[in-house]
Amino acid sequence: MLSRADVEKVSLLARLELTPEELERMTAQMVQIVGYVEQLAELKTDDVQPMAHALEVHNVFAADEVRPSLPREAALANAPHHDKEFYLVPAVLGE
Amino acid sequence: MSEPYTIIIGLEVHVQLATRTKLFCRCSTKFGAPPNTQTCPICIGMPGTLPVMNREAFALGLKTAIALNCQIARFTKWDRKQYYYPDLPKGYQISQYDLPFSQDGHLEISDPKGRFKPKRIGIIRAHLEEDAGKSMHDEVSGQADSKIDLNRTGTPLLEIVSQPDMRSPAEAKAYLQELKLLLTYLGVSDCNMQEGSLRVDANINLHVDTPEGKVATPIVEVKNMNSFRAVERAMEYEAVRHWEVWQETGQRLGQVPKQTRGWDDTAMITRGQRHKEESSDYRYFPDPDLVPVVTTDEELAAVKSSLGELPAQMRTRLEAKYGIKPYDSDVLVSAGQGLVDYYVELADLVGDGKLASNWVQQDVMRTLNEQKVEPAAFAMRPKQLGELLTAIQKGEIDTSRAREVFLEMVASGKSAADVMKAQGIEKVDESELIALCQELIAANPKIVADIQGGKPQAAGNLIGQAKKKNPNINPGRFRELVVELVGKM
Repeated sequence: MLSRADVEKVSLLARLELTPEELERMTAQMVQIVGYVEQLAELKTDDVQPMAHALEVHNVFAADEVRPSLPREAALANAPHHDKEFYLVPAVLGE
Repeated sequence: MSEPYTIIIGLEVHVQLATRTKLFCRCSTKFGAPPNTQTCPICIGMPGTLPVMNREAFALGLKTAIALNCQIARFTKWDRKQYYYPDLPKGYQISQYDLPFSQDGHLEISDPKGRFKPKRIGIIRAHLEEDAGKSMHDEVSGQADSKIDLNRTGTPLLEIVSQPDMRSPAEAKAYLQELKLLLTYLGVSDCNMQEGSLRVDANINLHVDTPEGKVATPIVEVKNMNSFRAVERAMEYEAVRHWEVWQETGQRLGQVPKQTRGWDDTAMITRGQRHKEESSDYRYFPDPDLVPVVTTDEELAAVKSSLGELPAQMRTRLEAKYGIKPYDSDVLVSAGQGLVDYYVELADLVGDGKLASNWVQQDVMRTLNEQKVEPAAFAMRPKQLGELLTAIQKGEIDTSRAREVFLEMVASGKSAADVMKAQGIEKVDESELIALCQELIAANPKIVADIQGGKPQAAGNLIGQAKKKNPNINPGRFRELVVELVGKM
């Protein structure tokens, strides 16, 4: 079963800052969600081919031909910060 | 190599495939465009957009994997690798996890200088994934915002992961050179390291000999190496550093988390970076927006037959057919298909592979460098150079004068025969040569005495005098005559 520590780790990976109350609530909800999906494990799947995709379609390709990109103004329009050339984000240093 | 350890190196190479457009959208991949002018809703991760696989990117990947002797998956799919970084707008990278399109290949490496024996480096897998964008940090203050350019986001990359089969920095460098040569011959990438078309990460550790047997030290991943020379240097540095850490701490593989270090090419050292997340932290799952790709035997056979001659086969053929050494075939093949074509035509014309190889490697390659032209565009064709080499073979001209004629042919565009005629170069009749030799022997009793006294190099003085009298003499033949005539005295 999913523990509070698991949820804490996932929230860190997802860069979500949760209050202790939220963490409590999320843990309970995630236990329910994962438990619901886990019902599938009860099915016998020995004779079932693994499925990589919901659609029975494969080999969908596009030709390697350039099409116009977005004007830069439009691309940057939704960014919280930009300098008309680049997106600006808080300094990322030391990796 | 008296150190009580073995160096173990594995390399991960990311190579940008030479497509016109990105992997999942039709934005241009052209290098050097103004920042953020080659993006669209798909590559900047707008909700509701759908990626579609670039046919050419898959074809180039397939070609490379087959040339690397990989097993090709008949069924392959793409997965999402989740992590947060400002240059990854979707919050995940589309990559391949458990069903890469190719695996289990190999590449042969050798050293023309013989520093290590030829060996086979295993390829664990090659898979197709998208690139991230570029972050620019304010190095000076470290305070200002980082700038993000997403032009590169979504560019097709082939990730080629080797087995940890390399046992020295020199082997690592040789692997990279051979891989780059192969990719260049296949035409799947421009392999330009300055523009980031070819990037290398290395994994290195030591197997230390101890009384209880071999012990593996913790594996370290090294990044930020911007040239093959830097890879070689970083590996040399790391091997020594691992040995020192081992002596100090005795830490073994598995006792500490995997470390990532960055190479500083100026300081010539590596520095520790963040600890690498465990692969499960990437929470891979199949990308529901991309359908799998199925490859048939017929498609594989078609790619295989389209490969043409690869560098390793070409070196073997040149050595066998023209009798040149591995060092020479390596220089010619490494210079590219165009130079090899030039060489083969010349060698066939003059019927002497070694003579042709000398002239192509020295005079032709130097001139190509000076003129900055490709062999195919070089004004002096093999047929014209062949006429000059034939004159050497017939003894009509010696090598040093032929070099002067070559330069004049390059400068004036005239034929070998015309230049030789203009410079008054003609073969000196044997009887004339003997007469000249007798004349000089008679006039230089001291030099003759020196030769007789066991100093054959004294003949050089006579050759010099003879050349002044008649610049057309063949110095090699003249020396033979001097030795012969003096010997009879």
